[in-house]
Amino acid sequence: MDAVAQFFQTFPYDQLLIQTVNGIVTGMILALVASGLTLIFGIMDVVNFAHGELFMLGAYVGVIVMVGTGSFWLALFIATLTVALIGAALQVVTLRPLIGRDPLNTILVTFGISLILQNYALWQFGPTSRKINEPITSHFILFYLEYPWYRILIAALSAVIIGGFWLFLKYSKFGVWIRATTQDRVMAQAMGIPVPLVYTGVFAIGAGMAAASGVLFAPLVGVNHTMGLDWVLKAFIVVVVGGMGNLGGSIAAAIFVSLLESYASIWVNPSQAVIVSFVVLILTLLFRPTGLFVPTPK
Amino acid sequence: MTRHQKIYWAGFCVVMALLIIAPLVLPEFWRRFLTEILIWGLLAMSSDILIGYTGMVSFGHSAFFGLGMYGAAAALLIVSPPNLWLAIIFGLAGAGTVALFVAYFSTRLRDIYFAITTLIFSQIFYVIIFTWTAMTGGENGLTFRRPALSFFGLFSTPFDTATLHWFVLAVVAASYLILRRIMQSPFGMVLQSIRENEPRTRAIGYPVERYKIVAVMLSGLFAGLAGVLYAIQNRFAAPDFVYFLVSGETVIFNVMGGIGTLLGPIVGAGFFLLLRELLGRLFGEQFPYLIPLGFIFIAMIIFLPQGLLGFARRWLNR
Repeated sequence: MDAVAQFFQTFPYDQLLIQTVNGIVTGMILALVASGLTLIFGIMDVVNFAHGELFMLGAYVGVIVMVGTGSFWLALFIATLTVALIGAALQVVTLRPLIGRDPLNTILVTFGISLILQNYALWQFGPTSRKINEPITSHFILFYLEYPWYRILIAALSAVIIGGFWLFLKYSKFGVWIRATTQDRVMAQAMGIPVPLVYTGVFAIGAGMAAASGVLFAPLVGVNHTMGLDWVLKAFIVVVVGGMGNLGGSIAAAIFVSLLESYASIWVNPSQAVIVSFVVLILTLLFRPTGLFVPTPK
Repeated sequence: MTRHQKIYWAGFCVVMALLIIAPLVLPEFWRRFLTEILIWGLLAMSSDILIGYTGMVSFGHSAFFGLGMYGAAAALLIVSPPNLWLAIIFGLAGAGTVALFVAYFSTRLRDIYFAITTLIFSQIFYVIIFTWTAMTGGENGLTFRRPALSFFGLFSTPFDTATLHWFVLAVVAASYLILRRIMQSPFGMVLQSIRENEPRTRAIGYPVERYKIVAVMLSGLFAGLAGVLYAIQNRFAAPDFVYFLVSGETVIFNVMGGIGTLLGPIVGAGFFLLLRELLGRLFGEQFPYLIPLGFIFIAMIIFLPQGLLGFARRWLNR
């Protein structure tokens, strides 16, 4: 019992709280990335390997606009719009010809896209990482840390974007089309919904959301051509753990996985903490392959 | 011998003869290059067992390849003087153990879930190798001396690029023939029937999971063998080779060359590496060769999904 008592006495409660805040902040960004990914999967059966690169591309467009205009909010807006358009173009050129083929083809094509985008970024912008300045620089005191308000703002903004997206799905005409197509593609087409347009629109929206999260996240780590790789893996994990194509599940899973990783990084270094989320994924696939945050299938 | 067999074996002998003569006529650089194509081809061929014959796309072959490399590295660093056969045994043991572990968990899943699980497993091994600096040398990897080519004390000669090429060629050709034989055996037929229709195969009474586990292990062993050869050729093992981009390239080799042909992946690897070399020579070392290669890859998936050797698929498997 002594060991247990000792454990609780030396337990770093302050760190635990700090990591909880950290975990929720990264979780919200991850939720923003993953909700685009899960939407694209749920409706088009496309596992988008290039999602991380769209995230990175958004950050780079953000950098360019920041250098040009100096306005973070303008950068966020323009990056989202540009990458959404790029996403729409990618979908029309590469994914549309593959409709009706084995979904594995789409993995390969999006993997090709991710290679191209990543190497383009390396070629165009070089290996040194760029910096985006935070729009607000004030801090508040969290125990011994000066915690930046900006991080809290990121979480709030991600929540606003996801919330706005949810309202869009629920009440707008295009949102109804999207939900109808998810439920039954053939029937939706029969009712006169332009399914190809819905596909393109969904891919564009997913790309735009990835870009927005890229710009939001960029001030924390710097913009680099490999920044997409970590995120696409994490987003995959979240999407599978949350249940493929399930928006609410992805958001819950994003926060769950990020919290676990933050807690793990109290004890091990952050590059090893990643393993925790890998293990979560494997356990999920083994025991609840339909996802942790979905009702048990009957 | 039927006519098909005659043509097939004649073609096989011609290609082998060309590959045997190649190091005698090629300059040093291209000798090494050809050997490298064969090694990457062996890796791609091993993954063809899963992609082309069993219908499971593995995005985790870098784990098997990398463990083969590190296994060989362990044998070459521990035992002095370095022994070739011990390196192969260690490499195969490393890759085989990992393959068993990965196979046990990942074969319960299908399609993209299998792909994602294998990808995640390879990343787990990447993180372990990358952060376990004391054992694996971390980011810098391990360097070691190349063993001599020896046959159980009969004779021993140090490798040069030509003998290394012949050795690699012998291993790759033997692997091809073994794999081709296995894929034509009843076991291979069951794998192909899993690819065509898994529920029906199960209904006929085959234990599908067990077949899949053996397929993944077989594939992992040959990928590990490729890793050992690569380690011997380049005298180092680095975590970059466990990173999932290597798995991605393996899949690219397969798709470019034509899945389900065993030979296709080697052709695909050659095509990819030659194009890369060509682009590098035309536009300079700094040229981002993966951009045009990515475009070619995407165009091939859309317009030539069978790959370069796809037209000969039935003929090669007969």
